[in-house]
Amino acid sequence: MAEYYTRRGDGKRVSMTREAVLEDLQAGVADAVDMGGVTQLNANEIDHLLDIIIDKNRVVGVEPGMEVVVTYDIGQLDFTGDNGNSGNGVDVGRLESALLHERALAADTFELAHADYSIKPVKPVISNEMQTMEEIQNEIIIPYFYGAMPNMGLYYAPDGPYGNPADLMREFKIEEAMAAAEAAAEHLARDIEFVSTRLVAAGADGFNFDTTASAGDADAVGTFRGVEALRKACPDTYINVGMAGESIMGIHGMIEYKGQVAAGLYPHQQVKLAQQAGADVFGPVCNTNTSRSLAWNLGRSVAFIKECTKVAEIPCHVNMGMGVGGIPMCETAPIDAVTRCNKAMVEVAGVDGV
Amino acid sequence: MAIPHFMASGMGGIRSAGDLVARMEYDKNMKVSKAKEYVAKKLGVSTLDIADEHVMRDLREELKIGVITGVPGAPRGIAAKMNIEKLLGIKINSCEKFREQIR
Repeated sequence: MAEYYTRRGDGKRVSMTREAVLEDLQAGVADAVDMGGVTQLNANEIDHLLDIIIDKNRVVGVEPGMEVVVTYDIGQLDFTGDNGNSGNGVDVGRLESALLHERALAADTFELAHADYSIKPVKPVISNEMQTMEEIQNEIIIPYFYGAMPNMGLYYAPDGPYGNPADLMREFKIEEAMAAAEAAAEHLARDIEFVSTRLVAAGADGFNFDTTASAGDADAVGTFRGVEALRKACPDTYINVGMAGESIMGIHGMIEYKGQVAAGLYPHQQVKLAQQAGADVFGPVCNTNTSRSLAWNLGRSVAFIKECTKVAEIPCHVNMGMGVGGIPMCETAPIDAVTRCNKAMVEVAGVDGV
Repeated sequence: MAIPHFMASGMGGIRSAGDLVARMEYDKNMKVSKAKEYVAKKLGVSTLDIADEHVMRDLREELKIGVITGVPGAPRGIAAKMNIEKLLGIKINSCEKFREQIR
């Protein structure tokens, strides 16, 4: 029986029969349907995904006319960062990096970023960031954002002023843990307003909130409140809200945004809160299971993201980095896997961008 | 990741009209098909052409909205973005800041 090269969720090359790929695809979709209550993909969509995965070409792509926008996170750190960020370790300047992405790497948008890529550490160097933003805006043509992770974990002990909910819960101090998360969320929202409004005043086209809710539900609520403040202060700025996972972790468990409990929300529910907060574009995420095949992960991801694009009133740019959107969880993602996941998201999930 | 994503489905930024489509998605919350139709109409070409480097390279130079190669005298940065503002009928934040500074 013919076998086809494909990948596991950790990136390792394996070969599978058409029937085995189909079985994994269906199981991945079924997992999303069961977990998130999303719509089952129809037979044509499953067949199209199957054709994409077992395509014999090393690189695949969408049909002409189906192209979408490619937005970025992490800014110049993809050149300058270490391997923790899949960075190249090339100490190029931020201006040069931005212009190289624009003129050599076909970027549709790009962004300026702090080396720690988090909101909190930008505060003490805000003038430096504003000055660099002004400088690069004079040269660049594509929409140029400031990007950072809300990264609310930095507000908890030992890095920040609030008790660490994980430690407090271990001591059965549940109410204290919830109060710490609420205080950190308020602090995060204030910091987002401080940082983002200044960068927009320096000429940024907008702000990219990356990996929202990485510290759980209070991180999501703090970010949405910060986005709301930015939208109020800068009505015309571009706002991108990208998420950390397909489900918001319930570290607090009961914290709400506009009357909606944030814990446990899936992409098609998350997007509604992002819209209410004032986002222009939403970045849904589905995390990769390294123990499953690319087919299982891609089927699951497409089912989640398709439901999100279906209900979204704003464009959706799906997260497709290492370990999200069906792409294997490894530092150097194989090009065959990346292009297959990309094509599937555009042609089946109907995303507006990547 | 930039190269595989561009090769699989990317508009191509200023190689074609990717920056313009992105601006309409962010500025007016247009979904990609509507944004492409809007940009194509403003450029006077088809939605297929706006991702075609062969069409867009010369058109971008003619419209003075920025090209990927180093052409002496061709507008870049703020100058190109001011022409994009006129073309798309939008305001761009950095251009607004620039105008404030020379008032």
